[in-house]
Amino acid sequence: MPAYTLVVNGAPRELEADADTPLLWVLRDVLGLTGTKYGCGAGLCRACTVHLDGEAIFSCQLPIAAVEGRNVTTIEGLSPDRSHPLQQAWIEEDVPQCGYCQPGQIMSAAALLERTPRPSDDEIDAWMAANLCRCGTYNRIRSAIRRAAAEGRRDD
Amino acid sequence: MTETKLTRRGDEEIADARLTRRGDDGIADARLTRRGFLEVSGGIGLGLAVSLLVPACAGSSGPNGGPGRLAGGASALDGAAGHEVNAYVRVGPDGQITIAVPKSEMGQGVLTSLAMLVAEELEVDWSAIRSEHALADESRYGRWSTGGSRSVREGYEPYRRVGAAARMLLVEAASRRWGVSAGECRAEKGEVVHDATGRRLGYGELAEQAGGLEPPTEVPLAPRSGFDVIGRELKRLDTPAKVDGSAVFGLDVRVPGMLVAQVVRPPELGGSVGSVDASQALAVSGVQHVVEIPNGVAVVATHFWAATKGRRKLAVEWRPGPHAALDDEAIRERIRAAVAAGRTVRDDGDCDAAFAAAGRTIEAVYDFPYLAHATLEPMNCTARVADGECEIWAPTQSPTATSAAAAAITGLPPERIRVHTAMLGGGFGRRSATDFVEDAVHLSMKLGVPVQVVYTREDDMRAGLYRPAGTNVLRGAVDADGWPVVWDHRIASPSIMREKGWTAMMKDGIDVAAVEGVANLPYAIPNVFVSWADLSLPVSVHWWRSVGSSQNGWVTECFLDELCALGGKDPVEARRRLLADHPRHLRVLDRAAREAGWGDPLPAGRARGVALHECFGSLVAQIAEVSIDEDGEPRVHRVVCVVDCGEVVHPPGVRHQMESGITFGLSAALHGAVSIEGGRIRTGNYDDYPIVRIDRMPRVETHVIAEGDPIGGIGEPGTPPIAPAVCNALAALTGRPIRRLPIGRVAAQA
Repeated sequence: MPAYTLVVNGAPRELEADADTPLLWVLRDVLGLTGTKYGCGAGLCRACTVHLDGEAIFSCQLPIAAVEGRNVTTIEGLSPDRSHPLQQAWIEEDVPQCGYCQPGQIMSAAALLERTPRPSDDEIDAWMAANLCRCGTYNRIRSAIRRAAAEGRRDD
Repeated sequence: MTETKLTRRGDEEIADARLTRRGDDGIADARLTRRGFLEVSGGIGLGLAVSLLVPACAGSSGPNGGPGRLAGGASALDGAAGHEVNAYVRVGPDGQITIAVPKSEMGQGVLTSLAMLVAEELEVDWSAIRSEHALADESRYGRWSTGGSRSVREGYEPYRRVGAAARMLLVEAASRRWGVSAGECRAEKGEVVHDATGRRLGYGELAEQAGGLEPPTEVPLAPRSGFDVIGRELKRLDTPAKVDGSAVFGLDVRVPGMLVAQVVRPPELGGSVGSVDASQALAVSGVQHVVEIPNGVAVVATHFWAATKGRRKLAVEWRPGPHAALDDEAIRERIRAAVAAGRTVRDDGDCDAAFAAAGRTIEAVYDFPYLAHATLEPMNCTARVADGECEIWAPTQSPTATSAAAAAITGLPPERIRVHTAMLGGGFGRRSATDFVEDAVHLSMKLGVPVQVVYTREDDMRAGLYRPAGTNVLRGAVDADGWPVVWDHRIASPSIMREKGWTAMMKDGIDVAAVEGVANLPYAIPNVFVSWADLSLPVSVHWWRSVGSSQNGWVTECFLDELCALGGKDPVEARRRLLADHPRHLRVLDRAAREAGWGDPLPAGRARGVALHECFGSLVAQIAEVSIDEDGEPRVHRVVCVVDCGEVVHPPGVRHQMESGITFGLSAALHGAVSIEGGRIRTGNYDDYPIVRIDRMPRVETHVIAEGDPIGGIGEPGTPPIAPAVCNALAALTGRPIRRLPIGRVAAQA
């Protein structure tokens, strides 16, 4: 099995995996980072969202060979202590129900705010439409993104 | 081990049973009352534990603890009154309060709401409470299944009572230590206070002593007017772990030495494994075993991706099933053909005579499809069968059924089977089944190592267990003034109760869940006939959020609007008149109409639709504002939702469950259909089975009525009204009723 080196949540990691292994399964089964979720395996639900060099990607669709030497951030690395404005907003707005999709939702939202710090509702909808939630927490997801964006403004 | 002393204690107490030592738990004292079996245990280092088991026969039929049947309305799944309820609280010597909940957290917030009930009586800071899944142990927590919107309504009284009993024991312990009467002491935020002397002791300091006391004989509860925790806008206890990735769902369970399995099932309904050539699969790096089990052929590997690759190389010759010609159309024909053989469910007045005499009549056929639960976390289970023991980690709604399934396969006695309940990434009824448990137990038993079975999304969608498909043949008529006078409703749909073997719950051969909402149609229509026909089809059916109400709410509320249109009546005005004898129905309807501005002008191209449905002890009215996009896709802009659930324990939980039920029902109404083709389930992933996404999510405004009526359920009642509310709005826009789900695309103009 080929060896790969990547930086996960700020720490260099060396591992062996078949070249076609999706990053999702490297994270979950090789590195033990189970916060990133499997939902569809087909790029349809975005429960597997992580950041690759700061961009939100479907980790279920990206083979490890394409990640060599790159920076990966997962929900576990978004903040050390749930202090990221989105995590705080998610708690304040009481967003999760079953919670399974929420790591992916939060990682998607974090990428949105990186690129568009003050998104309109339409921009939130357009960006977040890739993420499925079966419990129907969407209205609180919108509120939480707005709240985090407002926090960000205060920090400016 | 157990010495039981039975004594009569007036009317209130039936018996006093004393248990001696149980394991290492120290002393255990128990008292059986009409309200259940109250047990106190504890000891040095353990603190105080109080549990209350309300056996099935005692039910929870107290004034506020019951399942809350509304007057005149039979809630089908209120057979649920026969379930056991178990409440358990532990006060540690360090003052930590732990509520071990024998109910599964699947998003409905049960770890929070049940803990609130205990906290209401325990007099503690909410921040001191920890709430967790209990370890399934029938001897301690009784039987455990989560469903039927039962948890809070059945737990409403017992969970408070266990909190009150714990508080009384802590007060008693303090009073003994101080040599004063308990009446001079009171509990306050985790402490017992003696006001006369200003002395205080923390619960932690009292717990061990309290654990050695006898259970109290009378456990009074705070009056509703004195509620301090119940009804508060508290944050859910499970949220922090769900925003940082640390919550452990079933798929996140990691057991040392565990292998990961995917099970390949026969593609055809009723098919089976012919021959297996595993050589290529076994050559895949990481694949360890290929094993045939009852449900199919398992590829077992060191991790998920290896199992995926092994599976692609697996060569199986399948024996076809006997249903190669089965497809959606054939199923619909078979269901329609069954209607005539229906059993009579309800027969008021004389429909035939009234129909013949009526001037304006209407006939309609309403079809509804199979639906999948499509929980975002696919089915999975981890099992370790070794050394005469079986340990299971499962995201399950029913550890009791899980344990029973494992016992049946392994032959082990229940005390050698341990079930850990992981967080559930959605449930909706699907996780009350045990197919995924059976796979894992079979594999671990065969291989002698821990095995985690993971369904891929497609496996999950195709593994069977669907909301039944069905049809409704309806005739209706209005009188000369336009008011409905005939409702003739003939249903055919496969019975879940029959398939599950719950025939004891069927009444006169009728699956009460299949006719829920129709059998008890609340409208004052003089001639009502309802029949239901069962039929057996090769597609397995299962409980799906709100069960029969999920389709019956749609059919009844849409057909009522058809009658309103026939009679030239406004849908809200007509319902008001027809519900004149149902004050709670009227109240939710009126509130919804007011909040939604029913009758107020809307932008061009937009219309409102109303629907009302009672199930699981609660009443919900919804009014949807809908338009149609240029491509024919319906767009729901706003939903006003009014729920009367009698009592509210956790207000955000109620609102969130309404919104959740609406989203769930809306996905089904717009897109939901499991499709069968060539004897196979064709539907595979979320592209075939779309779920509403954020850009189609309506604004939802939920209003809660809680006026002290019997407490109703919350997990399911939000689902049924949304499909008819949306369809009725679309019919208002187009002039054409929608008689087949899913709605799909609609032409804009009449």
